[in-house]
Amino acid sequence: MELNGAEIVIRSLKDEGVEYIFGYPGGAVLHIYDALFQQKHVKHILVRHEQGATHSADGYARATGKPGVVLVTSGPGATNAITGIATAYLDSIPLVIISGQVPSPVIGSDAFQEVDTVGITRPCVKHNFLVKDVSKIAETIKKAFHVATTGRPGPVVVDIPKDITDPKIKVAYKYPRKVSMRSYNPAEKGHKGQIKKAIEMILGARKPMIYSGGGVVLGNAAKQLTEFTRLLNYPITNTLMGLGAYPATDEQFVGMLGMHGTYEANMAMHGCDVLIAIGARFDDRVTGILSDFCPDAKIVHIDVDPASISKNVFVDIPIVGEVKPVLTDMIDLISKGSKRPDKKALESWWELINSWRSVNCLEYERSNKVIKPQFVIEQLYEITGGDAFVTSDVGQHQMWAAQYYKFTQPRRWINSGGLGTMGFGLPAAIGVKIGHPDADVVCVTGEASIQMCLQELSTALQYNTPVKIINLNNRYMGMVRQWQEFSYDKRYSHSYVDALPDFVKLAESYGHVGMLIDKPEDVRGALEQALEMKDRTVFLDFITDQTENVYPMIEAGKAHNDMRLAPGTIGNRELA
Amino acid sequence: MRHIISVLMENEAGALSRVSGLFSARGYNIESLTVAATEDPTLSRMTLVTRGSDRIIEQITKQLNKLVDVVKLIDLAESEHIERELMMIKVRAAGDARDEAKRLADIFRGRIIDATPESFVIEVTGESSKLDALIHVFDESSIIEVVRSGPTGILRGQKGLHV
Repeated sequence: MELNGAEIVIRSLKDEGVEYIFGYPGGAVLHIYDALFQQKHVKHILVRHEQGATHSADGYARATGKPGVVLVTSGPGATNAITGIATAYLDSIPLVIISGQVPSPVIGSDAFQEVDTVGITRPCVKHNFLVKDVSKIAETIKKAFHVATTGRPGPVVVDIPKDITDPKIKVAYKYPRKVSMRSYNPAEKGHKGQIKKAIEMILGARKPMIYSGGGVVLGNAAKQLTEFTRLLNYPITNTLMGLGAYPATDEQFVGMLGMHGTYEANMAMHGCDVLIAIGARFDDRVTGILSDFCPDAKIVHIDVDPASISKNVFVDIPIVGEVKPVLTDMIDLISKGSKRPDKKALESWWELINSWRSVNCLEYERSNKVIKPQFVIEQLYEITGGDAFVTSDVGQHQMWAAQYYKFTQPRRWINSGGLGTMGFGLPAAIGVKIGHPDADVVCVTGEASIQMCLQELSTALQYNTPVKIINLNNRYMGMVRQWQEFSYDKRYSHSYVDALPDFVKLAESYGHVGMLIDKPEDVRGALEQALEMKDRTVFLDFITDQTENVYPMIEAGKAHNDMRLAPGTIGNRELA
Repeated sequence: MRHIISVLMENEAGALSRVSGLFSARGYNIESLTVAATEDPTLSRMTLVTRGSDRIIEQITKQLNKLVDVVKLIDLAESEHIERELMMIKVRAAGDARDEAKRLADIFRGRIIDATPESFVIEVTGESSKLDALIHVFDESSIIEVVRSGPTGILRGQKGLHV
């Protein structure tokens, strides 16, 4: 079969099994858009800004486990996509971004809408390609999907000059079923000897701790993680990216760890003697100050990316491999072996952990006068039964969502953990809804974040992706304000947002439903009402307590056992 | 400690910038970097000299290995190896200085590969420290220009770095 370059691009996507692409047309991709127009298999979601395209594809990928696909034009199309590409890169999300480029003969001449896309994306992609020959398009796209989805996943850019998609030049088309690259062979199974050594150490622990991250979600290993954890009866904490991989409602779950983790999770990290890190990367928001990180612990680390091992924290037993097969092997070996954890030691460890738990660090001052942001999330959790897909933006609302919504399944919690990209939540929610049209999809945001990709409200109408936007509106960039309160003597430099739009009218002008909620007693009713409107996007503007802070908090440069707890909570009084 | 890392990469456009970009993005030292195609035209061989603690060198090799275009690499400093660097040094060679320059070139087993009534170009090959030594024996004012290739290296014995 002979096809032109543009047709090959679209046909390759179809043969790869791609259902949706998120994009925005422009000069350099017009041939591709023309080919897109003449077929029905690959559906295109027209966003309002290329950042929205990458975040939507990213949300789709996180929620479905399939790679997200983006199509943008050269120059500003590509540069607008960069924030979304970097977001996906830091969270290891599989994306394939196809960008148009100016025609090959004028590359390097500062042509109209020319930017060195391969050069500018290099530091924030897993890999990128510049296609120089029509006959190489199909193979390159296959390689892009292969690299994006295997090993530690990540975004891959395929930059295609306009002349390569010229409708007049046709070549034989064949989409490769498989591709092999001699320079790219990610590990799958873990080394048996290392696994045995690790099990020895794990079973010998007296104060063990399981610390698992986004790798478990990405590696579809939640089931194995749960089985492994229950088999051992060890305490488990999840990172921000790992939430949902272990059910938050389970007794063995001690909450999220890190800067805004629970008292019990952070204290258990500090006190443990064996740390079992699974698909987590020892991020600085997780570890606190490195010199005082898990001071008494031997560390086992399972990760598919060898470069993540001993990068920030020295690891005693590294296991390079995908989390799922490694955990499966571990469960198998432990079950078949005769050695069991020291029951007595474990009992007293649990006793200690439960005493930390009784501090009740997530308790907050209730109010019947002003809406507490935590209360909104608690109500949302109760009403949805923990079953909604929750996306978030970045800041206080993100932490409250992570703390108060008890995720019991993987891929339900969708946030920009690594890059911390404000503006992520709404387009990500649209992507999630496209992947799961019948599910409840909620975007927890704030009045600052939501305005960073607000234009996607228009996309939500065009493609009928009814998401619920929970705007925790405190009229401040809350997390910035909190740091300024704690560390800058309450000098609130430019963290107050004056001149906010009327979000209700704004939502209405985009064709959606807007609701303003400013009384605590109206919170539950409003959420119920919004969730009942299955076919409408609803913008719920909650006017919340202006100066509420996120607790607990490990301030920069401090250790896990040095947390600032909420003033007035039971825990704080007892500790004092 | 000084390390000399040999990397086999796919001979693709931009391969060099992936490596140099990695070093600058992650703040690693890079003392020198040389690159050229090998007997297999689809492969480039890069030699880079870097310094760092064992932990940093471990990270450098892991991060290099993580680059999709990197096929294989070896830290030559971990094994018996031979290291060579090429230097061309242009010196003033008029009057009395002419004989002196010739003698110094001979001592260092250098070859004079270009001469004018006023100057010589001396070619010399060896370990980097030998080239440093030759530069130091010349009076600073007598050196017109120095150009060095940066070190390259190869393992001793039968073993080799290949696909």
